[in-house]
Amino acid sequence: MFSLTAACALAAVCVLFWILGFLVWNGGKALDFNFFTQLPKPPGELGGGMANAIVGSAQIVLIAAVIGIPIGFLGGIYLAEFGTGAFPFFVRYTADLLNGVPSIVMGIFAYAIVVRPLHQFSALAGGVALSVILIPTTIRTTEQFLRAVPQMLREGALALGANKWKSIATIVVPAATRGVATGMILGIARIAGESAPLLFTSFGNQYWSTSLRNPTASLPVMIFTYAISPYPDWHRQAWAAGLVLLAVMLLLNIGARVVLAPRALSSYLR
Amino acid sequence: MMGTLERSSLAGPPAAIPVNAGPGVAPKLKISGLNFFYGAYHALHDVELAISSNRITALIGPSGCGKSTFLRVLNRMYETVRGARVSGDVRLDGEDSLAMDVAQLRRRVGMVFQKPNPFPKSIFDNVAYGLRVNGTRANVRLIEAVEHSLRRAALWDEVKDKLHKSAYAISGGQQQRLCIARALAVDPEVLLLDEPSSALDPIATAKIEELLFHLKNNCTIVIVTHNMQQAARIADDTGFFLLGKLIEFDKTERIFKTPAKKETEDYITGRFG
Repeated sequence: MFSLTAACALAAVCVLFWILGFLVWNGGKALDFNFFTQLPKPPGELGGGMANAIVGSAQIVLIAAVIGIPIGFLGGIYLAEFGTGAFPFFVRYTADLLNGVPSIVMGIFAYAIVVRPLHQFSALAGGVALSVILIPTTIRTTEQFLRAVPQMLREGALALGANKWKSIATIVVPAATRGVATGMILGIARIAGESAPLLFTSFGNQYWSTSLRNPTASLPVMIFTYAISPYPDWHRQAWAAGLVLLAVMLLLNIGARVVLAPRALSSYLR
Repeated sequence: MMGTLERSSLAGPPAAIPVNAGPGVAPKLKISGLNFFYGAYHALHDVELAISSNRITALIGPSGCGKSTFLRVLNRMYETVRGARVSGDVRLDGEDSLAMDVAQLRRRVGMVFQKPNPFPKSIFDNVAYGLRVNGTRANVRLIEAVEHSLRRAALWDEVKDKLHKSAYAISGGQQQRLCIARALAVDPEVLLLDEPSSALDPIATAKIEELLFHLKNNCTIVIVTHNMQQAARIADDTGFFLLGKLIEFDKTERIFKTPAKKETEDYITGRFG
């Protein structure tokens, strides 16, 4: 039984390293400086890069963060600090449900509320789609980390004449900053890799997008488009894009761990 | 034993005994007809009590007798508990404290908790917190007040070189004195302490007791303790709570030497509780 469980654990690790190996091998071969600085070349011409997709991804994720982080953060404060009764229960339940909804559905939603009224694909629509994924994760991680702040710190602030909002803003939130920030970083790492919700919201673009209201390239969609194309040079670039995306994820995850690691919650949970 | 209790409740609430309130001396805190409920649970029954200025008043009694609840009525900390409800009259210098602005009340009636609860901030920021939330911004004023409060809490010499270090870097006893300094910084008229030394060793406890002794010169102190020796050592007046009732309130010496009620005598001689 032990060897069976150990074998399964090994298999899981092997799959991960297999993927990593593939990406590093194939992507590494294709990755060059031009990838970060040049626009895509038309099929048939060799070379070129994905500079527009890198910037586009950053724009879309930024829009999603600007919408999703404040809503998720303040909603999380509400759930943690005022969250008893039927309505908060309903919010919590909805957030958990939303977490389980396939991401392509968020794309359909953003298509309906942004793309249709504006009559075009845009970075804005992509950002809205991703923000709908970001909100429930941010709301729940914020709530969890605020709840982990000991009640006696809140009481200490109230006993000194602070009102509820002051105690939250000056004691509770600062005490939970590391955890909350980690949750946000991991949420952003997750949406940065989403492709399905962007397929028919930000769509794609072979050139620089001049406005947030124009179709915009993004790395995940670029990977999809290039990987299903019939051109070997595009396949190589898809691998390179995959490697870049992976590196961004890795950096964000490491960043999250660095933020959370040193003392984190444990310093005052003694 | 239940019989005794029921009889005393039939006899009505115990009369307030204004131990120190001589003619013309109004009590600092006057509590009358106080009843307290957690939802349907009746936690305090008809408490009548007058607490005098510049004295240490100890509240003793077995666990769950309502002494901490009573303390939390005095600065309205009970309001953080859902379903908590109070009826009766609580007067601070004659003003209705239940109707007062709650932040205002808590500035005048400070509180120190059972477990040291410094904020995850520097020692300086801990002490300055109360002043800052109440609008003091001037650095000169803050620096002055922090030093003064730490001196009053007999902590200055131990922390003066590490004011900007984390408050978690000092010992538990020092942390509790830091919490006292934090409470003193807003210059409260009354200081409530909820078993402030139950988590501390005897040396740290002795320091806190000595400190309270000095503090009563310009502050009225109400301390909840489950340690009867502590009450006997430091308190001028002592109240004994049992099952949500204030059984007896008198000068400490009288409570411990010649208690009027049988329940008090049983408790202090260790027959129960």
